[in-house]
Amino acid sequence: MAQLAIQNVHKSFQSKVVLNDVSLELDRGEIVCVFGPSGSGKTLLLRLVAGVETLDSGSIVLAGQDVTDAPPERRGVGMAFQNFALFPHMSAFDNVASALTARRLPPILIQEKVHKIAALLKIGHVLAHEPRELSNGQKERAALARALVADPKILLLDDPLRNVDAKLRYEMRLELPPLLKNSGATALYVTQDYKEAMAIGDRIAVLIDGGFVQVATPAEIYREPATIGVARLFGDPSINLVPVEPLIRPEGLTVHFAGCVLPIPISYESAAGRACMLGLRPEAIMVDAAPSPDTFPIHVAAVTPLNEKTLLLLRTHDGRELIASEAGADEEPRRHGPAHAHFDSNAILLFDAESGERIAPREP
Amino acid sequence: MEHASAFERALKGLALALIVIFFLFPIFWIFLVSFQTNEDILRIPPSLFFTPTFSNYQALISGKLATTAGNLDIAFMKNLWNSVLLSTMSVAVALILGVPAAYAFARFKFRLGEDIAFTLLSFRFAPPLLVLLPLSLYFQQPGLIDTYAGLIWVYQLIALPLILWIVRGYFEDISPDIEHAYRVAGHSWWSAFTRIAVPLNGPGIAAAGLLAFIFCWNNFVFALILASAAKQPVTVGALAFVTASGIQYGQIAAAIVLSATPTLALALYAQRYLVEGLSLGAVKG
Repeated sequence: MAQLAIQNVHKSFQSKVVLNDVSLELDRGEIVCVFGPSGSGKTLLLRLVAGVETLDSGSIVLAGQDVTDAPPERRGVGMAFQNFALFPHMSAFDNVASALTARRLPPILIQEKVHKIAALLKIGHVLAHEPRELSNGQKERAALARALVADPKILLLDDPLRNVDAKLRYEMRLELPPLLKNSGATALYVTQDYKEAMAIGDRIAVLIDGGFVQVATPAEIYREPATIGVARLFGDPSINLVPVEPLIRPEGLTVHFAGCVLPIPISYESAAGRACMLGLRPEAIMVDAAPSPDTFPIHVAAVTPLNEKTLLLLRTHDGRELIASEAGADEEPRRHGPAHAHFDSNAILLFDAESGERIAPREP
Repeated sequence: MEHASAFERALKGLALALIVIFFLFPIFWIFLVSFQTNEDILRIPPSLFFTPTFSNYQALISGKLATTAGNLDIAFMKNLWNSVLLSTMSVAVALILGVPAAYAFARFKFRLGEDIAFTLLSFRFAPPLLVLLPLSLYFQQPGLIDTYAGLIWVYQLIALPLILWIVRGYFEDISPDIEHAYRVAGHSWWSAFTRIAVPLNGPGIAAAGLLAFIFCWNNFVFALILASAAKQPVTVGALAFVTASGIQYGQIAAAIVLSATPTLALALYAQRYLVEGLSLGAVKG
């Protein structure tokens, strides 16, 4: 049985529909990242689960119990807010303990639990401080501790790394998954950063315009994005998209691309004759020195070395710009000017131009 | 500004001094007058040099006003007590009613909410005399006229809108997420209100309460019409110093000093609250 089941949830403000028929299930101990552009309704979804907002229709079932109409204090959830929302007039200890005091636990047990979680989150030494005396990172950790301390049925994390600096963000990205796993918490984690979603989520639920477009593992989302929209959101630099129309020729399935006729795998034959968008991840485009039947001529317009990879801005003969990415930085910088390129035909993505949905290749 | 020359600084100091003298001189003068006899006060030209006397204070505190036309009984201390009682109770009632109402107006959108809030505010623009005539008629029937309860009720016209609108603004400045966090942690809305919203708003509530207290304390016309001598505050009681044998300037000055002292003390004491960290830095702004 699912630990959390969000069923056909609708929510609108005045006439604006923010969440439209949203459903999602989380298994016990699973971390699901809700990822989407800003304004897609991610935070609202979390607030609905917490009970801080009321939904228009649908239901929310927590550990087998329908909590749709229950007030927040009866739901047994833990939530870390984007702005931390620490209680400014209480010490860090009291902030963390607030999740336990409501349950009238004996003070000794509260002490013990707070100190344990504080040690885990490395804020043991600042428990006596008030929130204004804490650094952003410590505030963040205190907010997490408060959400975790009472062993919530579900942990709701609203973009907790949004307001912390880059260094801490990387640190927490590494630290959070094992921490959440060890605590055994089921977590719904909202983020706007696709790298964070991929680093932390067992699954990623992509929310665009108030609906889930795809719910899948990070690897699946990257390799087999459900739509053009999803493909665009994952990847930096983002995917190259080129309109093409695959045609069946004697030599196989081909596309007319950059002034050349290039082969694509025959498993995409269902796309033949349809207007499509060809998706090429930057790492799927290779720049070669010599021409071959698979290559197309290009002009290297710009080279940006980034240490672990080098980004190339390529211009095709028909004036289209493509971004390619090569692993590592060249010893001798790649020269600008005319060259040839080919794409890894096994790594291509094909989308229906009209619906934006991915065309899956036929299973071999 | 740090490059201001000595001359500019001196000029600034002088200007500030002039402003302070302009505003504080009347108070200083009244303070001096309260230690003078009527003869000293009315001497022409006025002088800063006189033999100080406590007779004015004595008369006020003992309640015996000696005039050239004989002894008069005055109820100044009673009036002072009435002022304290009426103002304190009015502010207390207004806080009990106004703070939860302000919270409701700040946090929830409900039908007619803005209209109700504005109606309450409009009590502040209505000329009191317009309200008083019908009010004094209404108050006859249930016996509310000339009672503390009736006066405290009418004083809500002064205190309630003030507290409601000031405190509402403070509530709106506090992120609702802080209260949400408390509720998610398992506390009821009532404890979120009493343990989070109200304490965080302490300085705001103190400021509004203080302001309301001063407005109530300074009110004149409500008590003049709706209360008899026994229930009147100092503002009305001061009329007793206009006697048949002349105006008792010395006693009036002493009465002003005595009646202004509580509000002044309160304001000085509460000043700490008013400026004390209104933004507490828990929410990244």
